[in-house]
Amino acid sequence: MSRRLDARGLSCPIPVVLTKKALEESPEENLEVLVDNPTARENVCRLARNLGYNVEIINSGEEFTIKIAR
Amino acid sequence: MEQKRVVIFSGIAVGALAVMLTVLGNPPNQGICVACFIRDIAGGLGLHRAEAVQYIRPEVPGFILGSFIISLLSGEFRARGGSAPLTRFIIGFFVMVGALVFLGCPLRMVLRLAAGDLNAIPAFAGFALGIYYGLFFIKRGYSLGRSYKMSQGNAYLMPAISVFLLLLAALSPSFIFFSAKGPGSMRAPFIASLAAGLIVGMLAQRSRLCMQGGIRDIFLLRDFHLFSGFVSIFFTALVLNLALGNFHPGFANQPIAHSMHLWNFLGMFLAGFGSALLSGCPLRQCILAGEGDTDAAVAFLGMLVGAAFSHNFGLAASTNGVGLNGKVAVIVGIALLTIIAALNVSLDIFQKKGSELPNVQKA
Repeated sequence: MSRRLDARGLSCPIPVVLTKKALEESPEENLEVLVDNPTARENVCRLARNLGYNVEIINSGEEFTIKIAR
Repeated sequence: MEQKRVVIFSGIAVGALAVMLTVLGNPPNQGICVACFIRDIAGGLGLHRAEAVQYIRPEVPGFILGSFIISLLSGEFRARGGSAPLTRFIIGFFVMVGALVFLGCPLRMVLRLAAGDLNAIPAFAGFALGIYYGLFFIKRGYSLGRSYKMSQGNAYLMPAISVFLLLLAALSPSFIFFSAKGPGSMRAPFIASLAAGLIVGMLAQRSRLCMQGGIRDIFLLRDFHLFSGFVSIFFTALVLNLALGNFHPGFANQPIAHSMHLWNFLGMFLAGFGSALLSGCPLRQCILAGEGDTDAAVAFLGMLVGAAFSHNFGLAASTNGVGLNGKVAVIVGIALLTIIAALNVSLDIFQKKGSELPNVQKA
């Protein structure tokens, strides 16, 4: 089971705040975060790595899917 | 880790360029001040008639064009907008009101500290607390909504306006105002100002350098990544000021400053709160505007108009301190931005604990 968080068009820190909340709610569940700007991509990845998660980024044109898993 | 080095390097370069610009003729402790320079541009265009602060500063169009050029090269230049532009205009307006009560943007606050101007200490406390106050709303679901992709032509408007401003500064037609005395008359050579602006714009775009973001990430995530840029600006400027004999610690007789501590605190509280609601300090708004973010461009225009109002209605401080109008404007600004912040907290977050987050779907 994985969850998807649509943070497209939201400016930082909101994608980070939403990601943090989602990870706090169910820390063991995989999470996919969809963002559309490089700053949000970098910030969400940094947050997830700092919290000890593995991060994989899938680049699709102007959008990025960030896969966060333990 | 690579990105961290970019932030620190950018901070060092910004600190060094700021001190260099004062050596070349910019006002003391004001090598770079985004708020002051936007205010000078408003004066240069005749939007206000404060004779001491009128000059189309090439640094500001430089920031925007530097960001434009580097984002074009890196593929990050993209037209976007539609996230509450009018609200951003109003927030930008009050960020400027707050900054001009203190007499400096967050970047100048750091530069003033690095020159020994201790009046910037209460301002720093106010700025940090203003961001903390903004985060109170952000954590509860504050957002100005999503921005959307626009047709690419929209992204070129702000760079085009910047080129136009540079042409006005370079050709100086008779309808443009140039201060004969006061801070507006203190200028580094056009080419040096433009070059420094372009370099700062490029570095700030690559590093995402943001005075507001640095403090915000500490409060929010215990993350010192962006703050390291803030710290490197401070230490670089401090070392250079010490070397050049420009470090004069104290409260009294600081250049283009006043010692009304409460109003330095509250002015920067307003600027910090507004910057948190805009997700970026005045410099960051210029950088985003250069990347094609038309919402940031609207916030920039809000700051320009805010600067004009500040001088037309006596809101801005002077070296004598803050007048009654400025005090009222700061209080009104804090109250108004509080209402704006509260009205933009999405109702979703009032869901009971343990319920699904907005924007999250099970896949």
